[in-house]
Amino acid sequence: MKLMLKYLKKYRLISILAPLFKMAEALLELFVPVVVKNIIDVGIAGGDTAYIVKCAALLALLALVGLSFSVTAQYFSARAAVGFSADLRADLFAHVAGFSYAKIDRMGTSALLTRLTSDTDLAQNGVNLTLRLLLRSPFVVFGAVLMSFTVDAKSAAVSAVAVPVLGLVIAGVMAATMPLYKRVQEKLDGVLGHVRENLSGVRVIRAFSKERAQTEAFAEKNDALFSVSFFAGKISSLLNPVTYILINLATVLLIYTGALRVNGGALSQGAVVALYNYMAQILVELIKLVNLVVTVSRALAGAKRIEAVLAERTDMTYPDPGAQPDFTAPAVEFAGVTLCYGDNADASLSDVSFSVPGGSLGVIGATGAGKSSLIDLIPRFYDATAGEVRLFGHNVKDYAAETLQSLVAVVPQKAVLFSGTLRENLRWGNENASDDELLAALRMAQAYDFVSAKGEGLDLMIEQGGRNLSGGQKQRLTVARALVKRAPILILDDSYSALDAATEKAMREALKAAGARLTVTVSQRTGSVAGCDEILVLEDGVLTARGDHETLLGASPAYAFIAKCEEGGEGVA
Amino acid sequence: MPEKKKKQKAPKGTVKKLLRFLRPYRGRLLLSLVCSAVNAGLSLYIPLLFGRCIDLITGAGQVDTEGVKQKLIFSAGLILVSALGAYLAAVENNRVTAAVTKDLRNAAFRKIQVLPLSFLDSHPSGDTLSRVVNDVDRFADGLLLGFTQFFSGVITIAGTLALLFRISRFVALTVVLLTPLSLLTAHLIAHRSFRYFQRQAATRGALTAVTEESIGNLKTLKAFGQEAAAARKFGAVNAELKAASQKAIFISSLSNPGTRFVNALVYAGVALTGALGVLGVLGGGLTVGLLTSALGFANQYTKPFNEISSVFAEMQNALTCFSRVTALIEAPAEQPDAPDAIALGRAAGDVELRDVAFSYDKSKEFIKDFNLRVKPGQKAAIVGTTGCGKTTVINLLMRFYEIDGGEILLDGTPISQITKRSLRGNVGMVLQDTWLKNATVRENLTEGRPDATDEEMIAAAKRTHAHSFIKRLPQGYDTVLGEDGGSLSQGQKQLLCITRAMLADPNILILDEATSSIDLATEIKVQRAFDELTVGRTCIIVAHRLSTVMHCDVIAVMDRGRIIEQGTHAALLEKGGFYANLWASRKN
Repeated sequence: MKLMLKYLKKYRLISILAPLFKMAEALLELFVPVVVKNIIDVGIAGGDTAYIVKCAALLALLALVGLSFSVTAQYFSARAAVGFSADLRADLFAHVAGFSYAKIDRMGTSALLTRLTSDTDLAQNGVNLTLRLLLRSPFVVFGAVLMSFTVDAKSAAVSAVAVPVLGLVIAGVMAATMPLYKRVQEKLDGVLGHVRENLSGVRVIRAFSKERAQTEAFAEKNDALFSVSFFAGKISSLLNPVTYILINLATVLLIYTGALRVNGGALSQGAVVALYNYMAQILVELIKLVNLVVTVSRALAGAKRIEAVLAERTDMTYPDPGAQPDFTAPAVEFAGVTLCYGDNADASLSDVSFSVPGGSLGVIGATGAGKSSLIDLIPRFYDATAGEVRLFGHNVKDYAAETLQSLVAVVPQKAVLFSGTLRENLRWGNENASDDELLAALRMAQAYDFVSAKGEGLDLMIEQGGRNLSGGQKQRLTVARALVKRAPILILDDSYSALDAATEKAMREALKAAGARLTVTVSQRTGSVAGCDEILVLEDGVLTARGDHETLLGASPAYAFIAKCEEGGEGVA
Repeated sequence: MPEKKKKQKAPKGTVKKLLRFLRPYRGRLLLSLVCSAVNAGLSLYIPLLFGRCIDLITGAGQVDTEGVKQKLIFSAGLILVSALGAYLAAVENNRVTAAVTKDLRNAAFRKIQVLPLSFLDSHPSGDTLSRVVNDVDRFADGLLLGFTQFFSGVITIAGTLALLFRISRFVALTVVLLTPLSLLTAHLIAHRSFRYFQRQAATRGALTAVTEESIGNLKTLKAFGQEAAAARKFGAVNAELKAASQKAIFISSLSNPGTRFVNALVYAGVALTGALGVLGVLGGGLTVGLLTSALGFANQYTKPFNEISSVFAEMQNALTCFSRVTALIEAPAEQPDAPDAIALGRAAGDVELRDVAFSYDKSKEFIKDFNLRVKPGQKAAIVGTTGCGKTTVINLLMRFYEIDGGEILLDGTPISQITKRSLRGNVGMVLQDTWLKNATVRENLTEGRPDATDEEMIAAAKRTHAHSFIKRLPQGYDTVLGEDGGSLSQGQKQLLCITRAMLADPNILILDEATSSIDLATEIKVQRAFDELTVGRTCIIVAHRLSTVMHCDVIAVMDRGRIIEQGTHAALLEKGGFYANLWASRKN
């Protein structure tokens, strides 16, 4: 609710005007029974044909003015509702984009996706209908009750009792169904997650001939969704008939008391007709309102889920303006750094300390030894659980986000490109890079040849996820993307894995000349890091040795073992 | 978003397709129809009874209270029956809508299982996702509205007219004459809004695709500080959706005021002709009570038009969404197994590619004259520079894509004549793109052999050296991995994929750059386990590391879709060609 109001603020004027125009229209409608009463009590009773024609013309005029009011209201409410949801979606997107890696891990991608799509749509629907109808209906209902009182207070008491009773019923059903609709959206998350996973894993699924099992698993999730939505629907289905019964029984009562009062001479026939007409209006409006209740419950359920995401404060804050890097200080320093991904998880890095002035740094270790954890701390993708990470003399937490961004360029392990032209993708590193700079980066990353072979140069269209490129091509482009940035620290996270030997060698040579102050190379192979000035050896999250290749061969049994394995692997030749 | 110039209509036959999805529920729909009819009929009859009551309330001392009482008690009974009808109809409509939604999603999902890879590779997954999730939902909303309001609307209109004719011909004629105005308004609005809804649905699909891409790769995005740029890209499509939605919503929301206006005119007309009727100027025999009933009917008469027109608007939207879903459901499936396709038992593992030709873009040649023979138990390696077509060969061997020419034979039988299931069942595959499902480690490992015992699974995990890290996970083999393998490292994911293939125990193995993310120490252990496993089995390795392929019986060197050299490691070195060059560059 709060959320809705916050985002409607920008559309305050039109979102107030919309219901006002609706009310104005409703007000005109409330005059209709009065006019009809006059037709009966004055026109018919007095046999005044001209009066009747005048009244009918008045009815038509009321309709025309009402039409212009309601069209205006619809326009305003469409603008407000769509504007609301577009703003909300944009903010939500920006908010989610601000999440730390840890938060992304925890929230899950498909849950975030439904917030941005289906939940926002639901909220938009809710706002639109609220502006259009939700306020109009109570207004008409209360207006009709009030008008009934002006006709005859005693008879009007019937509707004065019936309406609050109905209000209670509606509130009750809403309270009961809202949690259900929240569950419906949760089940929808499950369905979406399953489809998404299936689309990304289609090759493996088919290779294992698991189509049937997948379909069954999907059917199960789908069934769960069906049951909850059916159950929620069943409860909502009560609203309409209950409203119908209550209002009609109230009408029965109204006519009966009316009959007695007319018999007693306290009321005219026309008055009873007017009272009856007001009751009929109440019925029509309430049925409309009740049909809205479902939409509004769903909208509120969606809004609640969005609110929960927006309430997730990003757990990383950056100072502003922040520290300025001291380029005379060591490029990277770790002081007693420990990192745990969850509250109860084992440490992925324990008490790691080292300092490198610059040059080239290798990081080596077995799978799961903590190599990625270590380098993820340098650009502050995660915050250390304990200890301090320093870049150029300052704790990473003391830098503004942009400063940190400009200091470190990363080639992630997984080569991900985005749909768009190659130029757009490469400019991620530097928005203002010239084509010449981009081409130079492509050359260094050994990507120039295959790019020019495709004949489209920097305008080469890259499809979603880089599907039109091979693994090795993608990897080289991600290296080029990082090079465009010309950051003082360049991190290559196992970025040679999909490259053939010749390409890897050429790229290593080119990177040496790229001129980064510190190049960090993460690898599983001593071959890829042997040329580094210094190499860190990680074992189970602990820094067990450091030194250059020659030193480590003697000092680190783990390093020597890896090197020996490689020899063994290639020595057969 | 390219704007489609041509006039868009729901594709012909959309309604027919819809009926097909409704057929299983025709019994329930009939029940709902009957209940709606009872409810709508009684809703008309009850005001008539009320009108008769009002006629009895003429003036002081002249009221037949007994008569009024009797009629009202009778009305009360009918009110309860009518409400019951409304409830049953609502429940059934709800059930049918939810069931059709479920059926549609299941059908869409089943189709995704048989769509050719070329379709899935060329359509943004976000758009497909949007069809299965959002479009189905919107369709359901429209359908429900259609059920609940369309039937009763039609019945109400017919009933109202019938009753009005009984009350007064002139009143009824007024209403009939004004009806075309209602229809015209409804039609005009529905027609416009359909077009806008279509644009809105397409834009929504585009927005989902952008969202999927950014949120799905959020970490990469953040690594480059591209949050703001992504937000701009998102913002552009979002603005497009905003413009499309505003128009669609505004135009469709005109239907209510529009018909309400026409209705008010009808009301005024009825008041005029009715009042004149009571006076005897027009026809005669009309009473004030009947006039009240007639006005009540006039009020209700416009309501169903309101509803039907809003149903039309919603249905247009729903049909647009429905046609997007059925477009997916009806997309041509991958080439089915030939009718006489044989289900291969355990293959010996003789793989031969003979003069194979293939290209993704049929206007450009890619793979051509591809010949490779791998005898049972042999190990073959495919090497070559990036983008030379190595991965494509796997797509062809697994029949993810169909070849354009030549033949691929397994044990002498063309794979086009073998059921896909048995073909793929015979081939174990480990790809570089590690994919694990959001399930426990155990469920992931036994993917290829659901009947494997715990002992077998653990034995396989030990052989691939995955056991030690699995053991250390919070719940061991029962740890749920989360989306995309959760927080496992790339290497750990790879180890699980290898174990998965190991446990499946196939006679033919395909390894696509499979060991590139594992450290060499582990890789050598895995390699040893593979060596053990591959005795007497066929192995096809696509790799960049020459060290991992040099023991192979045959090495095929690819360049631009063709095999340019073929032979053993020693023979190729001797030849002094492309391979020898690669090997030499590696040594430095």
